[in-house]
Amino acid sequence: MAETRVRVPSTARRGEVIEIKTLLSHPMETGHRRDVYGKLIPRQIIHTFTCTYNGVEVFRADWHPAVAANPYLAFFTVATESGRLRFEWIDDEGTVYATEAEITVA
Amino acid sequence: MGESRAGQGALRSLWRLSACVCAALLALAIAGAGESWRYSVAERRSGYTYLSEDNQQLQDDDFANPGLLWVERGRELWQQIESTAGTSCARCHSDAATSMRGVRTRYPRFDPQGGKLINLEQQINRCRAERMHASSYPYESDALLALTTFVAFQSRGLPIDVRIDGPAQPFFAAGKALYEQRRGQLDLACTHCHERYAGQRLRGDVISQGQINGFPIYRHTWQTLGSTHRMFAWCNTSVRSEPYPLGSDEYVNLELFVAWHGRGLPVETPAVRR
Repeated sequence: MAETRVRVPSTARRGEVIEIKTLLSHPMETGHRRDVYGKLIPRQIIHTFTCTYNGVEVFRADWHPAVAANPYLAFFTVATESGRLRFEWIDDEGTVYATEAEITVA
Repeated sequence: MGESRAGQGALRSLWRLSACVCAALLALAIAGAGESWRYSVAERRSGYTYLSEDNQQLQDDDFANPGLLWVERGRELWQQIESTAGTSCARCHSDAATSMRGVRTRYPRFDPQGGKLINLEQQINRCRAERMHASSYPYESDALLALTTFVAFQSRGLPIDVRIDGPAQPFFAAGKALYEQRRGQLDLACTHCHERYAGQRLRGDVISQGQINGFPIYRHTWQTLGSTHRMFAWCNTSVRSEPYPLGSDEYVNLELFVAWHGRGLPVETPAVRR
């Protein structure tokens, strides 16, 4: 039951620097913890985050086990043209969590 | 002469302008202080007032606050039709924003049917069992937390107002006794830390008054959302005593006492805590 939340300004001026906020529900299991029987809990983290803007990658991040559960990420990009932003989170099980947002550039 | 009068006029308007600027700056300074005054009533202080500014901002931001993920999940569950009776929470209660407003402030309450107290989690499960003929959610399951958080969220900002008189009185007294009872290897009662030493430091932390107006909370230590009872169990374990089961009568009684202890504090669900 993973959920993604993304906040992108719905409109922006051409060339404007816009802030994008993202949040994903994910356990981010470090791989260093043990269960009640002493068995190591396998690592299950988001290792890659990407943001594409009309198909062009504008932001990418590699994550490591120190990132907290339900990771929040904010970053900036330049509003170049109207279109679609696509966000993807990929975890150790290979699951891809994806969501999209529209932006209108005047 | 005329020139100096004009100068005086200019000076006066300059004064007026600077007074305005001062007032604006003062208003900004007050607004910037995390509005802590909203989170305390008389000597009772919400856990919010003990938070660092970072965590206060995290709680206040409806986008970044991770507890809102559970509110969203709860909103979905509210609409979800269960197969057995073909009904959902929304079928009876329709819009939660109006029907559930204020509900969180009154729980736990006395339940004549069971002859004891009932808290919000148990009320949700009762509704599922009796009205929806659906299975109960296990205590502390993601679904129950989500629905509880969603219902409690509708009362955000309203003051805690539980009833401790009438039939609730003996249960309140039992909760109070538990609050004041020494327990565990450390031989501490709730009251020792959360009343006598509230505001002082315990290792790296400042001890809060242990108010529960923000529950269920997103707790950084847990990296997830947790109920009041999980917190009680955590506290019990911390003083090295055997915790009661989540949803036990002992904890519901304690929940009523602690809720009354923070009466008048606003519901902050989902609050962010350390």
